[in-house]
Amino acid sequence: MLRAVRRNTELGLIVLGTLVTVGAYLLASLARDASIPANIGPFLGIVLGLQLVAHLAIRRLAPDADGTLLPIAGLLNGIGYVFIVRLDEAKANPKNLAGLQSVWALVGVSAFILTLLVVRRARDLERYRWTLGLAGIGLLLLPLVPGVGKTINGAKIWVGIGPVSFQPGEFAKILLALFFASYLVEKRELLAVSSRRLGPIPLPDPKHLGPVVLAWAASLVVMISQKDLGSSLLFFALFVAMLWVATERATYLVVGALLFGGGALLAHSHFTHVQDRVAIWVDPWQDPKGDGFQVVESQFAFSAGGITGTGINLGSPTRIPYAETDFIFAAIGEELGLVGATGILIAYLLVIGAGLRIALRTDVPFERLLATGLTVLMGVQSFIIIAGVIRVLPLTGVTLPFVSYGGSSLIANYVLLALLLRISDDTAQRQEIR
Amino acid sequence: MTRQIRLLGLGLMVCFLVLFAQLNRLTVLQATQLNDNPVNTRAILRDFSRPRGSVTTADGVVIARSVPSGDRYELQREYPEAALFAQVTGYFSFALGSSGVEKAYNDELTGRAFDLSLDNVKDLFVDKEHAGDLTLSVRADLQRIATEQLGEREGSVVALDPRTGEILALVSYPSYDPNLLADHDTATATSVARMLDASPDKPRLGRSYQDRFFPGSTFKVVTATAGVSSGAVTTDSPVYPVTNAYTAPGTTRPLRNFGGASCGGALFEILRASCNTAFAQMGVDTGPDSMIATAEAFGFNQEVPIDLTKPATSNFPTGFERNLPALAQSSIGQNDVSATPLQMAMVAGAVANTDGVVMTPHVLRDVRDTDGNVLDTYRAEAWRTAMEPATAALMRDALRGVVQSGTATRLAVEGFDVGGKTGTAQLGTDPARSHAWIIGFAGPPGQEPSIAIAVIVEGQPGASEQTGGRVAAPIAQAVLAAYLTGTPPGPQ
Repeated sequence: MLRAVRRNTELGLIVLGTLVTVGAYLLASLARDASIPANIGPFLGIVLGLQLVAHLAIRRLAPDADGTLLPIAGLLNGIGYVFIVRLDEAKANPKNLAGLQSVWALVGVSAFILTLLVVRRARDLERYRWTLGLAGIGLLLLPLVPGVGKTINGAKIWVGIGPVSFQPGEFAKILLALFFASYLVEKRELLAVSSRRLGPIPLPDPKHLGPVVLAWAASLVVMISQKDLGSSLLFFALFVAMLWVATERATYLVVGALLFGGGALLAHSHFTHVQDRVAIWVDPWQDPKGDGFQVVESQFAFSAGGITGTGINLGSPTRIPYAETDFIFAAIGEELGLVGATGILIAYLLVIGAGLRIALRTDVPFERLLATGLTVLMGVQSFIIIAGVIRVLPLTGVTLPFVSYGGSSLIANYVLLALLLRISDDTAQRQEIR
Repeated sequence: MTRQIRLLGLGLMVCFLVLFAQLNRLTVLQATQLNDNPVNTRAILRDFSRPRGSVTTADGVVIARSVPSGDRYELQREYPEAALFAQVTGYFSFALGSSGVEKAYNDELTGRAFDLSLDNVKDLFVDKEHAGDLTLSVRADLQRIATEQLGEREGSVVALDPRTGEILALVSYPSYDPNLLADHDTATATSVARMLDASPDKPRLGRSYQDRFFPGSTFKVVTATAGVSSGAVTTDSPVYPVTNAYTAPGTTRPLRNFGGASCGGALFEILRASCNTAFAQMGVDTGPDSMIATAEAFGFNQEVPIDLTKPATSNFPTGFERNLPALAQSSIGQNDVSATPLQMAMVAGAVANTDGVVMTPHVLRDVRDTDGNVLDTYRAEAWRTAMEPATAALMRDALRGVVQSGTATRLAVEGFDVGGKTGTAQLGTDPARSHAWIIGFAGPPGQEPSIAIAVIVEGQPGASEQTGGRVAAPIAQAVLAAYLTGTPPGPQ
């Protein structure tokens, strides 16, 4: 019964989401040259087709999984695609990001299906914890290897092999979530026991803390050596949240906050790029045409959008550098207004809600922790970048999951989605058997 | 773990609520403030592809219009007279923002200024342009004559109607071609702007109203007005001693006439000869308070309410209580006195105005819709009262004397009543260079003057009081003659 309800709901939502995406695409074209795009048919076919394929794969490979995650991801992916096309076409020399992004979407959905195919039971992954953990750390540090590492736009987070560049960090975050989940499940009781105290703070036996400190150190390395504040913050949030959920000890939140505070202060006093980001955040108006340009223009984009937005292709979000990646949320804010931007926020909240619901439903601790970790990744990453774009936090360049242009991010997030669905499916099947 | 996961969900929700709150701040609460921020050029972009009205001179010459561009912006702003009206129209540029009339009357040009809300619903269905067309008071014929006369000399010509404050000509050399700045190609526009800004003679600066200069002896008109207004100076008395030096109280350094010449006499005589010693003494005798009050009554130290962008404020120093020598120098337009050519035209205009009033200077005459119906007309209004009507009448007579038999004889237009005052503001360079000035007014005999003018030619060789009359007066004279004897522009 549940199976039929979930799958049919999913199908219905996919059709609705597709209508929104195609409608947005149509509006963008009408606003540009008052014509219905010639490729509207094929476009509709591809958007709907990709999601139908994913949907059919779920029907076959994870038939009892949650029915809301894929349609929301598809909607975010679709809206993002329309904006990427719109932003790219407005450029003096378009880079055909549209074509590339549709290839990435295709690869992403393939990776999604492949993950469902390969990972038949989430618990199986627990066995490969060290392999996955080491692979995660390895991927994280890969950009630092001379020869393969590439620096693009000041961040050393790229790896280039032949003509293909990708950000291994996007995949590392999933592997690390897997590693933390399996490691913490085994050690959580030991970590929850405080064998000694540091002043008022109870501390567990240091030998169990080893890998934990290693993870913290890794996130520091990322920040210092790769100048990637956003990913560093993301890893750290992931790791503290999972530690807290696993041990049920609020001490870890306090220690985590202290470590983060200390790290942040240290970074601020030692690294000029951190100081720059903070200074721009505090007062972007000091140099509105120089350093503060992006943040200032982003604020102008939102104010220009107002409540209902200018309409797609009727605003001028191309004024903001990197509008199709880091600042795509500003483009959405300008052209879809408060209403559209809030819609995006709600979409992420729904993803977070669905993810945590999956975590709560399963009774396998590993799955529970993993689902929590994956959801935290999605939620915190979207929060970090949106907060940076609208000046709630200093700007740190991470992608907006499913929306921003970028292959690595899109593929990794589809894999993440597949893992969540796999856990959801496992749980539902177990409960049905009972 | 359940409790922690629920708390985590709650925490993330709070985070997103913060985002939602900030979104509301940016899109609603602070929106007006952000949209009006001077750094924000989005407003220009918003207006960029919309129909935009044309700008026409009083004599019917189109000086700004939008033509189909064939690129994605659909319309290209065009300035058919190129550099001639650059300081008036300004530019409307994608890359650089806007200035001049294009900026000051943006809402009128885009049609946003008018109450069109009811029409707009209907206009969703009918394709009607709402752009407003501007008619300016500036006349292309006078603008051309002034530009030709000034030639390739740095300087300005400002002519206005003293009765209404309408600007008739506003010339600044060097100028620039606004078409280049309005180029849709951002790189072209910015590189032209950079080139212009790198040029030492600052072509983008509207010298006529955005820059200030020593007014030299033209300022004696203000000093004379202060003297007459205070009641101490009349046509007959005092008779200032004929001398070649005046030593103000509190100093032993005398102030001399040019070339050590001697001069003196009553008001009309010292104006004709532009006598430094007499006016220095008049300023000191009148006292700092009256001098400051009169200068400010003419518009010094006040923001000029002209309908163009970034006007400069003319300066008359204050705080002379312990420094009468500085007051003596200021009374003859030296020391820290500085004035825009527009300000000096307004000084001449206040004398020419029968009520002694400085009218609010403006370039707009009216706004019309695309069918030619007048939507809005600029209503002339007084800005400041410089002097009593009787004082103005006396000053007009005095300045006519300067044209009849003083330093400004070259300003005379046969058959018309012309008054004026020359100025030569020495720059203290070697060899001697000075700004050559003339200010004046003219009209049919026995009637209220219908034009006031100020001309400055910067950095001319020579330093004698004759320089202003020799260099600047002929330029002004040509404009006055064209205005008075030429056929006035027909009713539009």
